[in-house]
Amino acid sequence: MGIIRASKLGFDYFRYDEEGNEEEINRAIDGVNLDVKAGQFVAILGHNGSGKSTLAKHLNALLVPTEGTLWIDNMDTAKEEDLWKIRQKAGMVFQNPDNQIIATVVEEDVGFGPENLGVPTEDIWKRVDESLEKVGMISYRKHSPNKLSGGQKQRVAIAGVMAMHPQCIILDEPTAMLDPNGRKEVLKAVRELNEQEGVTVILITHYMEEVVFADNVYVMDSGKIVMQGTPREIFSQVDLLQSYHLDVPQVTLLAHELRKEGVDIPEGILTIEELVNALCQ
Amino acid sequence: MSIELKNVCYTYSPGTAYEMHALKDVNLTISDNQFIGIIGHTGSGKSTLIQLFNGLMKPTSGEVLYNGENIWNENYNLKKLRSEVGLVFQYPEHQLFEVDVLSDVCFGPKNQGLTKEEAQVQAKMALGQVGIPEELYQKSPFELSGGQKKRVAIAGVLAMNPKILILDEPTAGLDPQGRDEILNQIAELHEKRGITIVLVSHSMEDIARYVGRIIVMNHGEVAFDDTPKKVFSHYKELEKIGLGAPQITYIMHELKERGLDVDTTATTVEEAKESILHVLRGGGKDSR
Amino acid sequence: MIRDITLGQYYPANSILHRLDARTKFIGTMVFVVSVFVFHSFFGYGVATLFLAAMIVLSKVPVKFMFKGLRSIIFILMITVVFNIFLTPGEILWHWGILKVTREGLVVAGKMAIRLTYLVIGSSLMTLTTTPNQLTDGLESLMKPLSYLKVPVHEIAMMMSIALRFIPILLEETDKIMKAQIARGADFESGNIIQKAKALVPLLVPLFVSAFRRANDLAMAMEARCYHGGGGRTQMKPLKYKGRDYLAFLILAAYLAVGIVFRVVGL
Repeated sequence: MGIIRASKLGFDYFRYDEEGNEEEINRAIDGVNLDVKAGQFVAILGHNGSGKSTLAKHLNALLVPTEGTLWIDNMDTAKEEDLWKIRQKAGMVFQNPDNQIIATVVEEDVGFGPENLGVPTEDIWKRVDESLEKVGMISYRKHSPNKLSGGQKQRVAIAGVMAMHPQCIILDEPTAMLDPNGRKEVLKAVRELNEQEGVTVILITHYMEEVVFADNVYVMDSGKIVMQGTPREIFSQVDLLQSYHLDVPQVTLLAHELRKEGVDIPEGILTIEELVNALCQ
Repeated sequence: MSIELKNVCYTYSPGTAYEMHALKDVNLTISDNQFIGIIGHTGSGKSTLIQLFNGLMKPTSGEVLYNGENIWNENYNLKKLRSEVGLVFQYPEHQLFEVDVLSDVCFGPKNQGLTKEEAQVQAKMALGQVGIPEELYQKSPFELSGGQKKRVAIAGVLAMNPKILILDEPTAGLDPQGRDEILNQIAELHEKRGITIVLVSHSMEDIARYVGRIIVMNHGEVAFDDTPKKVFSHYKELEKIGLGAPQITYIMHELKERGLDVDTTATTVEEAKESILHVLRGGGKDSR
Repeated sequence: MIRDITLGQYYPANSILHRLDARTKFIGTMVFVVSVFVFHSFFGYGVATLFLAAMIVLSKVPVKFMFKGLRSIIFILMITVVFNIFLTPGEILWHWGILKVTREGLVVAGKMAIRLTYLVIGSSLMTLTTTPNQLTDGLESLMKPLSYLKVPVHEIAMMMSIALRFIPILLEETDKIMKAQIARGADFESGNIIQKAKALVPLLVPLFVSAFRRANDLAMAMEARCYHGGGGRTQMKPLKYKGRDYLAFLILAAYLAVGIVFRVVGL
């Protein structure tokens, strides 16, 4: 049984006019089914407005579905009484690094989650140390978040979630506001958490390069899941991806273009090495 | 029209513990009708550099010349300079403030002293050039999508009729479609209106596709200043300063090493495809 | 520059003052502030100076940071000094036309200048050696009794600490918005008061929009991290008075006693 399961999930945003009457209903999520196994690295791809961020907020029970059911570790997110347990189990990292760091000192921010959970003081310190160690930010523990780079701030945010000892961590476009170096830093930290700590990762992004290492990729478009599979399966459908306003890494695109010209190479090439090997047989 | 930087240095908080040299002895000329890309990682001095171009920052030493005249001379009209050298910052949220899109774009032209009617003519032209349809003119700028906000922000500067347009990471936070739309419109502005474009970006792939000249900044100095092909041929040095080249460059070098006689200066997917097909179909590089 | 505001700018160092309990430092600052008003002779100010100097040395914070905070009150300081010099009646030393300088005026101006300066340096010393979070924790704990009167002490403290975290960010943002609008020809400097006020609209609207957006994001991030008010919360850094705090209170008591004795004997 998967740690995250969604069955026919639907969510409508309502817009009201000045009298409070429904003016517009916006279907942000439409019939989404998910089944994520513990320990997996899952990527959710989609262009801006495809519904992927709305879905992310459901996984942390920040939003509750208007249709269908979502279970996190067998707890229904619509049930009020499990709310805090769900949020502890499924931690969330947001896009803007500045708007999710609460404290003015790195270590105090990482301690914020455990404090809310009522963890005893000594354990908080242990958790803070461990989490900062895991994301490679331990030497910055006394620093002010304002003096850190974007990538470092995101790693602090990840540590803040890790300190709550979640089983899965949801990252909602964590790299969208970062430069390429920051992006690499954050991805490396996330991959290590997945591989070494066995944390289930849900990475929401529109950068295709970031999903190459995922176990499973979902592609969203207008609130629906339109593609699903391993990165190789997904990337072998370049034309379809482009129709969903997504692009593929240059190497995949080049391989695809060459194939169209009749060059005998396999579809779904993901790395430079694969392409070079295919061409230089 | 040209901007010239002569031995420009810029130091933050000089004489304090936080002293930081953002720019060290930079010499550059930006001349007519160029499409320039500036790359460098965070803290390389590129944002300081672009703010020197339109007089938002004053160099600690050295000269900034516009059309041969030092912009920090007494009585120099900085306001006029800023309308000729337009600068669009990274976040459109930092400039959008009016009740509707059209009035927001009118802000710049009105500051130039145009009447409301004249300003609207300018604004409508600019909005048209960035592909904002008329239905959106009366909408609040805060209700637009990320890509639309960005384009309205660009129109806000474009409406002032600049000769040089500087854009700080115009594609940050946009999805691939939004990114391509903006970049294509910018390229069109360059071609049709002959505006000099200075594009600051982190993305080697974007830059390689559009610009004719790349300026690479590193630790406050100009590391490279050349055509994309020449700059990317230094991909190993670029990597050392934490930048790297487009993925294509690596593919082509790797292929060459494995004995396929491809053109290693290819920087876009199309060029690479042509070159590989050419080699695979039996033509060597010499026979081209 | 807009970012040079020391108030609320923690300077990390490992000193006895940094390790003191925030409540101790808060009470200490209060005592010092009171003492500056209790002392009223230059001899007394000498004692206060010694005390302040000793604290600065103990704090291991470079002296120049102490004076940074003064920059923001330099204007008030000047006005106070000038008014006192010219407007205090007494023995006339010099005069030009209606302006006269009196001996008493000089003395009062000098005292006011010292008081104001010491007030700022004293409170800077506290904010430089105490993280804003410790400070709010300290205040929260000192104000705890008020919660019996239904004052939302925890919420106030949380608001303060968030404000402290976001003030530098919003200041930086103000800087960026100003630049973006100046690049569009906005003019924040010339014109009369009404024109100047109108010129602020393009600055304030984006700033407020951004602040609300940040508030919204932050509220969501806090909820996602299981924040649900003060109930059931534990603390990472619970406040506990240690030996050094008791020692500090002793010194403070002695210092205040000196002040009172001086006052009584008229020194």
